[in-house]
Amino acid sequence: MTEDVHSLFIVNGAECDIVHDSRLTLLDALRDELQLMGTKKGCDHGQCGACTVHVDGERVLSCLTLAAQAHGRQVTTIEGVAEADGMLHPLQTAFLKHDALQCGFCTPGQIMSGIACIAEGHAATDDDIREYMSGNLCRCGATTGIIAAIREAAGR
Amino acid sequence: MKSFAYLRANTIAQAAAAGTEFRQFLAGGTTLLDLMKCGVEQPDTLIDIGRLPGLDSIGHRSGMLSIGALAKMSHVAASATVKAFCPALSQSLLEAASPQIRNMATIGGNLMQRTRCAYFRDPAFAACNKRTPGSGCAAIGGVTPNHALLGASSACIATYPGDLAVVLVALDAIIRIGGAVERTLAAADFFLLPGDTPHLEHPIARDELILGIDVPLTPASFRSTYLKVRQRHSYEFATVGVAAAIDLEDDGQTVRIAQVALGGVATIPWRVTPVEAALIGKPFDEAAIRAASNSAIEGARTTEHNAYKLDLIPRAVARALLSLKDDA
Repeated sequence: MTEDVHSLFIVNGAECDIVHDSRLTLLDALRDELQLMGTKKGCDHGQCGACTVHVDGERVLSCLTLAAQAHGRQVTTIEGVAEADGMLHPLQTAFLKHDALQCGFCTPGQIMSGIACIAEGHAATDDDIREYMSGNLCRCGATTGIIAAIREAAGR
Repeated sequence: MKSFAYLRANTIAQAAAAGTEFRQFLAGGTTLLDLMKCGVEQPDTLIDIGRLPGLDSIGHRSGMLSIGALAKMSHVAASATVKAFCPALSQSLLEAASPQIRNMATIGGNLMQRTRCAYFRDPAFAACNKRTPGSGCAAIGGVTPNHALLGASSACIATYPGDLAVVLVALDAIIRIGGAVERTLAAADFFLLPGDTPHLEHPIARDELILGIDVPLTPASFRSTYLKVRQRHSYEFATVGVAAAIDLEDDGQTVRIAQVALGGVATIPWRVTPVEAALIGKPFDEAAIRAASNSAIEGARTTEHNAYKLDLIPRAVARALLSLKDDA
């Protein structure tokens, strides 16, 4: 038996109006309902950070958010951070410059978390960056490049 | 995940009255959803209380720091009021979970997080008195480097995993409960020892919910700290957590009030009154602190793998207390 829920939220400026199984997570809504494949499903238990998106301007884990909880909220995913003309977000550019990825699976989550880390004022030192990026794991070990990219995008 | 009905509650009364005995309240959902995905929690209804109005305030009134149940961990940790009046509380939140989880998880939800161990979290281990009362305990005799040394029973040795509550218990905080009637509980009374009923963790009914917490603002709460010793530098549960608060007599030397509680080593947030008693009336110096800290392990019973904490606990307690000295 499934239990249907109606949820309406905004994703990257576009309305998302869906009737869905109550169990649908925001992560699965983004990927399966909206075909926004940038947000990644890593552990699906809130441990890796690959699914990080912004809800009402704050970074959260979309795998531990029910789609129903996003009702009425503004969601931003990795697809929503570049300019409309395709100009990359400064942190995306910095990731390229500093080779801040190998396989790339964690990268959308790293960038969404990194943008928030800078906006929160938690990128003043490398120690701060390490602490406030601890919810995003990179198993390739690109961490040094990730820290360098965030440092540069933060204007240090 | 088992199917469930979902209801957005608009009022506390509506939330309290809705659903069946198998319903659960959903706030941030960071633990609940995880345990539902694991098949550990199987509510038939989720009552989403995340939008209840007026429960996310952070402020102080009448000598109390007052925090609404739906205030997010990150917001409370960053509050200038909390940092100034009760630094231990801010520290305990900042050292918990990850930035993303702290943006989602609420203060009330933090207090309601399940006491859990790896065996509880994995239904492949059938024996878990907490998950299935009467089924046994797979942890006893299992791999237990982080299981409880204090407050354990023959039914359950899972460690209370939170940080915030350790501070609340040390500082004699009050939990405000709502639902059918409003009442309050001392933070220390909010957590039940496992005994023979480890599935029962709090003395509240299923139609009651946390409205907020009040922390008495005292000279000791101003002079408080939370030390978290752990295997990883960040995003890791406590190996030992220590909440400590101190107030000195007017001579600036003698301990008037000592409040100390432990996390990461007990089945509930563990107030160490023997440490407090050993400090009061003594000079607040390293010799007295180290002597008092040794009594933090009074009553401890080890497993095959967690005896290393017998050394670690007194050292962590001493380190936390030493950081409160004027010359620290």
